[in-house]
Amino acid sequence: MSGVAADRDVCVGAGMCVLTAPDLFDQDDEGLVVLIDESDPDPALTQRAVLLCPSGALRVTGN
Amino acid sequence: MGEVLTDRLPLFPFLSPGDDPFTPVTGADLRRLDGPVTRVKLPTGGWTWLVTRHRDVKQMLRSDAFSADAARPGFPLLRQSPPQSAEGRRGGFIRMDGEEHLRLRRMLTAEFMIKNIRRIEPLIGQVVDDALTAFQAGQRPADLVAGFALPVPSLVICHLLGVPYADHAFFQQRSVVLLDRSADPLAVRDAVAGLRSYLGRLIEDKRAGATPGDDLLGRLITERVRPGELEVGELIGMALLLLIAGHETTANMIGLSVLLLLQHPHVWERLRGDPAQADAVVEELLRYLTIVRQGLPRQAIRDVEVGGRRIRAGEPVTALLSLANRDADVFDDAEEFDPYREAHQHLAFGFGVHQCIGQPLARAELRIALTGLAARLPGLRLAADPADLPKRDNSIVYGLSELPVTW
Repeated sequence: MSGVAADRDVCVGAGMCVLTAPDLFDQDDEGLVVLIDESDPDPALTQRAVLLCPSGALRVTGN
Repeated sequence: MGEVLTDRLPLFPFLSPGDDPFTPVTGADLRRLDGPVTRVKLPTGGWTWLVTRHRDVKQMLRSDAFSADAARPGFPLLRQSPPQSAEGRRGGFIRMDGEEHLRLRRMLTAEFMIKNIRRIEPLIGQVVDDALTAFQAGQRPADLVAGFALPVPSLVICHLLGVPYADHAFFQQRSVVLLDRSADPLAVRDAVAGLRSYLGRLIEDKRAGATPGDDLLGRLITERVRPGELEVGELIGMALLLLIAGHETTANMIGLSVLLLLQHPHVWERLRGDPAQADAVVEELLRYLTIVRQGLPRQAIRDVEVGGRRIRAGEPVTALLSLANRDADVFDDAEEFDPYREAHQHLAFGFGVHQCIGQPLARAELRIALTGLAARLPGLRLAADPADLPKRDNSIVYGLSELPVTW
């Protein structure tokens, strides 16, 4: 099963992930990325969010 | 860095054809580029690598091999930089790298995130409604830029920051100078100094009050300046950046978008009949119009390869967003305006750690302004020859300085 990992040290809070997949990602009080649901996300949507993340804070995990 | 003979290089920035504001680079200029990463001559005498492909622009803007600090010797400049003190640059985080940049940017990220912008959407709607009521009540023909495109984002950013809109003539005149690459360097310095002292006084007034106010500047004073995390000089620079970026970009997007949509009446119909479709239209407008047409300048700080070219430490590099957004490898029929396409990969807001922090605000303003206009002025039409419209060819932010319309 594949998933997605988010690196908050790299995140710049542009919000592209939240715009792309609001059911998977949110931004906390600091505006940085948090994962809402790590269980079996839609691979196409995950891939799109990874592609659009400007800072490179997201990556696909698993196989 | 070795000597490069600049005489035979094409001169950059390129201009849009005088009668066609929707073509970012003319065919003649395109034919002079000898590859996707190529050298061009700068108006300040030097040269820069021009990166034009979508994937290369993304790689470059996300890489830490490039600096955004324009004070570095050898940085690609489009005009001679004014003699400016370090104080004049303080807080201007779009020209900072690494941790220094992140520290300031992260103080603002929460302010502009989608869920917070959603909370102010009713305010944006009210501003658009009021502006349209005043516009409709005025004489015809009327200038849509002065009467609608400019006041809407100005009123919104003033409200957000806590800057009095009554002072808009003062800061709008100076923003135009700041963004004009043909402006005299001394005039630029004076415009920066005038804006910084204006914002400095405003911030001092807020600090002197018992409660600095429930706006962005007030919150930064309470949460960052008072505990000693942020200095006033830095806050002034951040406010300057937000004030200018907050009204110039959206204003020019609205003006150009309206001109384009007047040539595509079915898209107006679509916005009027089904405002839910507006998000997709706005993304395609952002891609197709890409108003930051002079690109994003950087300087390599170590040797790096981009698009098969070796770029050496110290060399200047410019990411040309407007051509990357017309890259046929990413967008089918890239030269066509197609509101039905998936435009989400566009780079109109840049890419990398400096990607526009205000993009959720920009998207909301464009959607609400354009759907409002479509609903309230269904008979809107151009009241001038499109070839005669004054363009902002020398501005960092391209657009129309006037758009005469009637209805």
